[in-house]
This record gives sequence, structure tokens and C-alpha cells, in this order.
Amino acid sequence: MEHIPILKMGAFLLASIQVDMHDQLALKLQDDLTERIVRDRARGVLIDISTLDVVDSFIGRMIASIAGMARVLDAETVVVGMRPSVAITLVELGLPLEGVYTALNVEKGMALLRDRVTERS
Amino acid sequence: MKTQRSSSRIPVVLKQAEKDILADWVKRQLESSTLRTDLLKEAELRKESAAFLAAFRNATQNGALEDMNAAEWSEVKSGLAELSRSRAQAGFTPAETATFVFSLKQPLFARLQKEFESDTEGLADDMWRATVSIDHLGLYTTEVFQQAREDIIARQQRELLELSTPVVQLWDDILALPLVGTLDSERTQVVMETLLQKIVDTGAAIAIIDITGVPTVDTLVAQHLIKTVSATRLMGADCIISGIRPQIAQTIVHLGVNLGEIPTKATLADAFAVALKRTGASLRPGSEGAR
Repeated sequence: MEHIPILKMGAFLLASIQVDMHDQLALKLQDDLTERIVRDRARGVLIDISTLDVVDSFIGRMIASIAGMARVLDAETVVVGMRPSVAITLVELGLPLEGVYTALNVEKGMALLRDRVTERS
Repeated sequence: MKTQRSSSRIPVVLKQAEKDILADWVKRQLESSTLRTDLLKEAELRKESAAFLAAFRNATQNGALEDMNAAEWSEVKSGLAELSRSRAQAGFTPAETATFVFSLKQPLFARLQKEFESDTEGLADDMWRATVSIDHLGLYTTEVFQQAREDIIARQQRELLELSTPVVQLWDDILALPLVGTLDSERTQVVMETLLQKIVDTGAAIAIIDITGVPTVDTLVAQHLIKTVSATRLMGADCIISGIRPQIAQTIVHLGVNLGEIPTKATLADAFAVALKRTGASLRPGSEGAR
């Protein structure tokens, strides 16, 4: 079964969504990520959605819930590289992803995560 | 079935007396009180009249006087459409434009009267034919006129929409969006798209939305502002709303609008200062080296 690769970068995990997101894949990502956060004792998660050009309410909710789960496991989540059309869609769907950090690209997301983590510890 | 009528003599009259009719027609138009000498030169009027009459004559020569949709009339119609469009742009009223065509009746009828002399039945028939055809053409000018006006309005609306949503870059990571005019759903969509695209293009970290030029903020406008701010945040940039006038502040509170966590500033200058501080840049007054 296809899955989204999760890369470990120091204390952070990077999940880059490079394929069309469907519900099954989103659920798998949720499973894998929570698993890896615990196993690698990660302090932060970066989800790169720069290639995602269509979202529905399910995927939107999924991203929000992944962030929620990560927070419970003591890791911050940053969603990076959202496209304008996706941002507009999410807002129109009434899913402004409150409580999820966002950044323009992976580099800025990394910097943000580092700030957050040092702030907390 | 059509009732049997005497054959039309209009084509013949037009062919023989085109010059007389034209002269008479132009003279009457120049004397008429509805002529807009401020918008139209006499030479131009003369040229337009001659062109129209020539096309009208050509069309009638093929005996298609009763069937205005026939191919023979296409030249007349395209000429009229051109004329109507140029007059719409010049600022004529539809009535003035249509009068141009209708005023041909008088000289034409006078000429027909001379031609038929005592044959009243034939005269009546031909006058009816001419009336139908000229009325049709007159109404056609109005139709084109209206269409031309609508095109102008549509184009202006488009231009207004584009003009009213500039996104300017104030500093390396700082964008400003001065909003002017009322924010409705359609404009919000355009504003959002241009702002988000600009954030992608410039990699800006902070966007300042200045609402000094927004006349009123009601719950709907506030809703639109919140949406724009939320979308910006999703892209990974922060938003500051500035330019909130005292009245607007009062309305926002009276309406119970909750702007939530969105930072607001009274002036664009204040917002810019905050943005500079957040991005780590600084400006010292009077220092030349400050970029």
C-alpha cells in the first residue's frame, strides 16, 4: 500500500505530501506520524503540502487532527507551503486550522519549529 | 399570404434621386434641434449620411425591402452598428442616435410623393414599406447602442476591480494592501487571491491590510476581513489590520463583531512599525544608511 514517506531531521519529522491526497492515505499518514513521533521522540512535525492543489473538508480536518495529536504527544506541528487556492478553500470550508502553525516554505517552517521548541523547553 | 400590392418604386426613386434626397436629408438634420453640434461636425454628418444612404440604396436595389433579415441588409446594418457604437462612446443619447435614421423618412416621403403624384394607393403602399424598413433600422441602432453601453459598463467594472486591489511591498518581508471602497464577496475573493499570490511570489512574512478607504465595516465586511486574515495565516504569513477610524471602531464594537486574535492598529505607520519589529528590521530616523 502506498504511503507518505516521513523523514527524520534531528528532533523533527518531515512529511512531504507528493501525491494526490485521498482519505485512505490521510488516515495512514495520521497512523504513521503518531507512531514515529513516539518512536523517535520527535519534538516537532513539518507537513509540506506544497504539491497539494485540491483539499476537501476531510483532508482539512485530518491536518487539524494530526496537529492536535502531535501536541498531545508533546510535538509542535507546522504546515508549510500551502497554495493560495488551498488556503482560500479551507477558509471557505470554515476550517481555518486554528492552533496549527503555518509557514511559507520548509526553510521558514524549520526556523519556526526551532523557535517554538526552544521557547518551550 | 401577402395581399397583392403594386410593385415598389422606392428602388427607382432612390437610384434616380439619391443626391436630392441626401441634400434634403442633411439640410433637415442640420436644421433639426436635436442635432448635437458639440459632438458632431457637419462634414462628419454629411459623410455618415451619404454612406448610410448609399448602403440603403444598394440594399433596396435587390428588392428585399420587406425582409430585413436578408443578406442584402447586412452591409447597412454593420454600417449602422459602427455608427451607433461610435455615438454611444461620444455621449449621444439613444434617441438622438435613432433620430438619425428616422429623419430619413421625411425627405424620402417627400420624394415619393412627387414620384407617385395622383396614385395615392401606390404611394401609401410604398410609404408603408419604407416606414417598416426605416423603423427596423432605427430600432436596430438603439439595440446596438445599448449593447455598446453595456460593454463599456462591463469593461469599467473589470477595470475598477483590478484597480482597487493593489498589493504593495513595503519592505523585504512586508506587504501592504490598501483597501479602497466597499468589500463585497466578489472583491474579497479578488483581494484574497492577489494577496496570497503576492505572498507566494515575495515570500513575505507580514501583510498589512489597511482599511482607511473602506467606508463602512458591517458584520459582512468584518467576516470577509477575517476570512482574508485566516487564509493569509494558513499560507504562513501574519496579518495586521490598520487604518481603523474612530467611527469604524465604534461600529465594530456596537455590532459585536469579534476580530479575535487579529492585531489591529489605528494607522498604517503604527502597523508598519510593528511589522518591522517583528521581522527584525529597524529604521532609525535621520540615518542615511538605513537602506
